[in-house]
Amino acid sequence: MAIEARKPPPQFAARMKRVLGGRSGLSGIAMQLLFAAALVWVGYEIIANARTNLETQRIASGFGFLNNTAGFGVSQALIPYAENDSYLRVFLVGLLNTLAVSAVGVFFATVIGFLIGLGRMSPNWLVARLCGAYVEIIRNLPLLFQILFWYIAVLAALPAPRQSFSFFGVAFLSNRGLVVPKPIPLDGSAPFLIAVLVAIIVAIALRIHARKALFDRGSVVTIWPYVLAVLVGLPVLSIMVFGMPATSEPPVLRGFNFSGGSRVVPEFVALALALSTYTAAFIAEIVRAGVTSVHKGQVEAGGSLGLSRGQTLRLIVVPQALRVILPPLTNQYLNLTKNSSLAVAIGYPDLFSVFAGTSLSQTGQAIEIIAITMGVYLLISLVTSAIMNFYGWRVGRSMSA
Amino acid sequence: MKRSALAASMFMTVLLAAGSAAAQAPKATSTLDVVKNRGMLSCGVSQGLPGFSAPDDKGNWTGIDVDICRAIAAAILNDPTKVRFVPLSAKDRFTSLQSSDIDVLSRNTTWTLSRDTSVGLNFTGITYYDGQGFLVAKAKNVNSALELSNATVCVQTGTTNEQNVADYFKANKMKYEIVAFSSADETLKTYESGRCDVFTSDVSQIVAERTKLAQPDAHAILPEVISKEPLGPLVRHGDDQWFDIVKWTLFAMLNAEELGITQKNVDEMAKSDKPELKRVFGTDGNLGEQLGLTKDWVIRIVKAVGNYGETFDRNVGENSKLKIARGWNKLYTQGGLQYAPPIR
Ligand SMILES: N[C@@H](CCC(=O)N[C@@H](CS)C(=O)NCC(=O)O)C(=O)O
Repeated sequence: MAIEARKPPPQFAARMKRVLGGRSGLSGIAMQLLFAAALVWVGYEIIANARTNLETQRIASGFGFLNNTAGFGVSQALIPYAENDSYLRVFLVGLLNTLAVSAVGVFFATVIGFLIGLGRMSPNWLVARLCGAYVEIIRNLPLLFQILFWYIAVLAALPAPRQSFSFFGVAFLSNRGLVVPKPIPLDGSAPFLIAVLVAIIVAIALRIHARKALFDRGSVVTIWPYVLAVLVGLPVLSIMVFGMPATSEPPVLRGFNFSGGSRVVPEFVALALALSTYTAAFIAEIVRAGVTSVHKGQVEAGGSLGLSRGQTLRLIVVPQALRVILPPLTNQYLNLTKNSSLAVAIGYPDLFSVFAGTSLSQTGQAIEIIAITMGVYLLISLVTSAIMNFYGWRVGRSMSA
Repeated sequence: MKRSALAASMFMTVLLAAGSAAAQAPKATSTLDVVKNRGMLSCGVSQGLPGFSAPDDKGNWTGIDVDICRAIAAAILNDPTKVRFVPLSAKDRFTSLQSSDIDVLSRNTTWTLSRDTSVGLNFTGITYYDGQGFLVAKAKNVNSALELSNATVCVQTGTTNEQNVADYFKANKMKYEIVAFSSADETLKTYESGRCDVFTSDVSQIVAERTKLAQPDAHAILPEVISKEPLGPLVRHGDDQWFDIVKWTLFAMLNAEELGITQKNVDEMAKSDKPELKRVFGTDGNLGEQLGLTKDWVIRIVKAVGNYGETFDRNVGENSKLKIARGWNKLYTQGGLQYAPPIR
């Protein structure tokens, strides 16, 4: 099986030659160096050019503007924000809004995508056709159009604040969004959070133990009663000993709008809805491709073991399909995140809207702001890829185990 | 051997690219020459604001901001139709001018210190004295902006309006929520859907946008004017001749009104032997040429778009759909603020 590794040439110089010049040897090295020098020069020219242009037009440059006062309001901020905060703060507010809508979008896109993708292969004719129609319709309409559609549809369906749908008088749904009571932490909040954390760790440990028992000895250990007991019991215990973790500030209608409480704005809902249903259509196709790539014999083997169709899918087909699914799935996650920059069309304050939009037009510092924004989208994409690669590596490892 | 040939050709390509990048290194290019060579003025306008800059049913751009561009084109190219109009949203307009995509921005833009300095632009004058106001549905029974506490406000992003709202509500210790859109149409549509209680913008633009609502009469403009919004054309820093041409185009229109020169009587008046009129019409001296234009530059401008008052009345004033009163935009001789330095 093992192939004898070819011995590298012993001399250091020859090796360097190969690394730098390929097969063409020393002249190749010279070419490479020249090429690199030319690239550096081009880069330098571009920067120098931009700098002199900015200077002759007397456009402000540099990153000092980040500390200046932004002076405009934002409808949704996950961290405290006021008009007299700096552009740096605006950047953070926008970034968090982008991450929030992307995370929610990715979650629902994955769930809907898997359901539709598997549904499309269902033996039930109607289900299969409906899922097929979903994919064909959704992926063939422009995303911006879908975002505007959902925004208008969401707004049209919702009443004015005074006529809002009330949920037991504590939560309210209107065209200003969904307002829910806002939790205000009390003394019991720290012990409560610790209790929840400990419960989760214990639950994970139990699961690891159960899997080990299954793989090593083939014995099935029932853990769910213990997991449930810990997850519910520990927090309840903490409440009994240390008191309630938080009290709530209920929203009240005051003049034009609700004041107090926490709110989900309609722009967020419309954007998350549009992004997840749109991306789900692509994910569905990826899932279908992945499942189709699993050999038919595997399904038949599952059937002959007496597994139901659902069990065969869950335990045999999907884990093998994941290897094919993960790389293009990562692409879809990245697309969704980048597509969230269409938010500006419906007034959702994402990074692109408040930073590369409003801040840019107020300061005029296009080069700096676009560079920062591009860098951030790149970073988000790289981190997403890294997480997905890690997951893929784990899937691959458990498959070969 | 083949590989190094490939590498060599790639290297040459890079060299060429770098060479041309270096060749484009900034030298003072004259915008006037660029416009003359192109035979076309490139003018940034709004994406459709009736009275200021909007395409009519035949696709021709009309409006008071559009007329400024037509006047410049007439002065330089002797043809007011030689203008390429570039529709720009509020947040994209400055980048477009900075990067030389357009020669002049004439898009209901407020003259502020930071735009005049750090954004790298120069305002050439004031075509329209304005201020910011609020539009509210009459059904809401609001009579003053001071009753807007806790209101939700729709506004266009990248405007002075977005900042003024923040200042106004803070100064009056009122809470508010802002929803900001990149396009005017989306802002208005969302306001109409009931997502916002108020729509805010410069008063003239509220009057213009209100005409697009399904029921314009169901909405009222509140009495408070919360800011100064002097609107005017802008050019890039660094080309003084171009700055002068755009500046004096507006001044020519204002002087024409003051002197009683109209689109109709301009040929007649050009025969006058009054010293002041002879200077203006270029029958005496070479003032137009000092600007880099021709001696008959004022005649060209007035023939193309009329004097300032005619442009105002036709687009936003009594002869238009908007019927906005001249107010601050009357000439100083009539009790308004419009005042142009003399052509001499
Ligand atoms: N004068 C203000 C506001 C200018 C502005 O963009 N106003 C909006 C009001 S709706 C507009 O004209 N929009 C038209 C468009 O975007 O096409 C400024 O310079 O910042």
